[in-house]
Amino acid sequence: MTIRLAIDRKVYAARAGAPERVLFENLSLELGDGEVCAIVGPSGIGKSSLLQIIAGLDGDFVGSITSVPQPVGYLFQTPRLLPWRTARQNLELVMFDRPERAGEWLEKVGLSGSEDVYPQRLSLGMARRVALARALAVEPKLLLLDEPFSSLDEETLRGMQDLVATHIARLRSTTLLVTHHWYEAAALAHRVITLDGSPARIVDDRRLQQARAAE
Amino acid sequence: MRAADVGGRGAWQGIASVLLLLCLWQIGAGWAESRLFPGPLTVLRSLTQEAAAGPLLYHLGITLARVGISFVIAMVIGTALGITLGRLAWLDRWLSPWLIILLNVPALVVIILTYVWLGLVETALLVAVALNKIPNVAVTLREGARALERDYAEVAQIYRFGPWTTLREVIIPQLAPYFLAAARNGLALIWKIVLVVELLGRSNGVGFQLQSYFQLFDVPRVMAYAAAFVLCVLLIELLAFTPLEHRAGQWRR
Repeated sequence: MTIRLAIDRKVYAARAGAPERVLFENLSLELGDGEVCAIVGPSGIGKSSLLQIIAGLDGDFVGSITSVPQPVGYLFQTPRLLPWRTARQNLELVMFDRPERAGEWLEKVGLSGSEDVYPQRLSLGMARRVALARALAVEPKLLLLDEPFSSLDEETLRGMQDLVATHIARLRSTTLLVTHHWYEAAALAHRVITLDGSPARIVDDRRLQQARAAE
Repeated sequence: MRAADVGGRGAWQGIASVLLLLCLWQIGAGWAESRLFPGPLTVLRSLTQEAAAGPLLYHLGITLARVGISFVIAMVIGTALGITLGRLAWLDRWLSPWLIILLNVPALVVIILTYVWLGLVETALLVAVALNKIPNVAVTLREGARALERDYAEVAQIYRFGPWTTLREVIIPQLAPYFLAAARNGLALIWKIVLVVELLGRSNGVGFQLQSYFQLFDVPRVMAYAAAFVLCVLLIELLAFTPLEHRAGQWRR
């Protein structure tokens, strides 16, 4: 299922001291089925907002979007684990029909032994790995990853990249990956979109020949 | 002293402080040597006499039933109202002044007016008590509903929790501390109001008995009834609120 997004105008109203801001104007994006696309660009340009719009969490824009494939796996910029549920329970909640596999997923992200730990007791990097497991465990048709590998050490980062690459290849999930780093984009994506300017626009849209995920 | 401390880590300090209070009370009573200021032992004697041969259990039961029913009514209506106002800003703008007015109308005025309008009947008592408490519950739960994290609601939306799971897993855990605060304050306020309402217009219950013994200047029995009631409330704290609070907060660091 191809996702077609056309934003005529997206405005952030003046709020909490920040002035009104036109975030996007005449921005259109088409994502093919199973395509893995990275979005790069400077901080505050609107990368995360674009994910929110595609996820259907922000419908406050002028424009249109086709329906997105379900289920969606979304790794938010912050882990957003339910703090009153343990790591395992956070996974079980999204794995309706196979909650017994929550433990396997924690093992895959290197967190076996932390099943019964509440998120407040996890480091940021660990919590993000639980959140990544949650996003992948739903076997998403659309995977949205907002800076998935921040707060991770080099070795864990490689492991998580491999895990994501393996799963998106197996599930053929249409994937949007927000990152600040070109090497991350190159490691996973078939295509890299660069956003810049104010209002943000696509200044570069290139397909990568040697995409690791397609190997 | 908070009852939570009795059951929790500060157990021995809590018990010691109560014993100290009783000792000071006994010493003060011995020093005063007045039948208007009986010591704890005298009060305990009156309490056992009233419980064994007197009507204490009957009146205590009636009052506890009234407290229980009013408490449930006030919590249900107050919670529903508070959450609605917390989520619907336009309605809150309309009803907020009403809440402020209700919060500031003296409890006694509400009691008198409900007795005048509804008569000296059981329903009037329940309405009077609930009306006194609903605004407090609503204001507390309104704050809780305003503080609901959008982030978690979005998680529920993305992972398609559905309304029931969202309520159970996302909304209730966030509202629980507010609900518990409202319930604990609610119980303390409600039983005090119930006694006044009984004193003014009922022919049974602890409030009625207190008035009778007040007219006889029987201070030990007045204190015995008060002590029996405080003990009941303390038990509710220990058996209901403390475990609930512990359960709701176990995930906190």
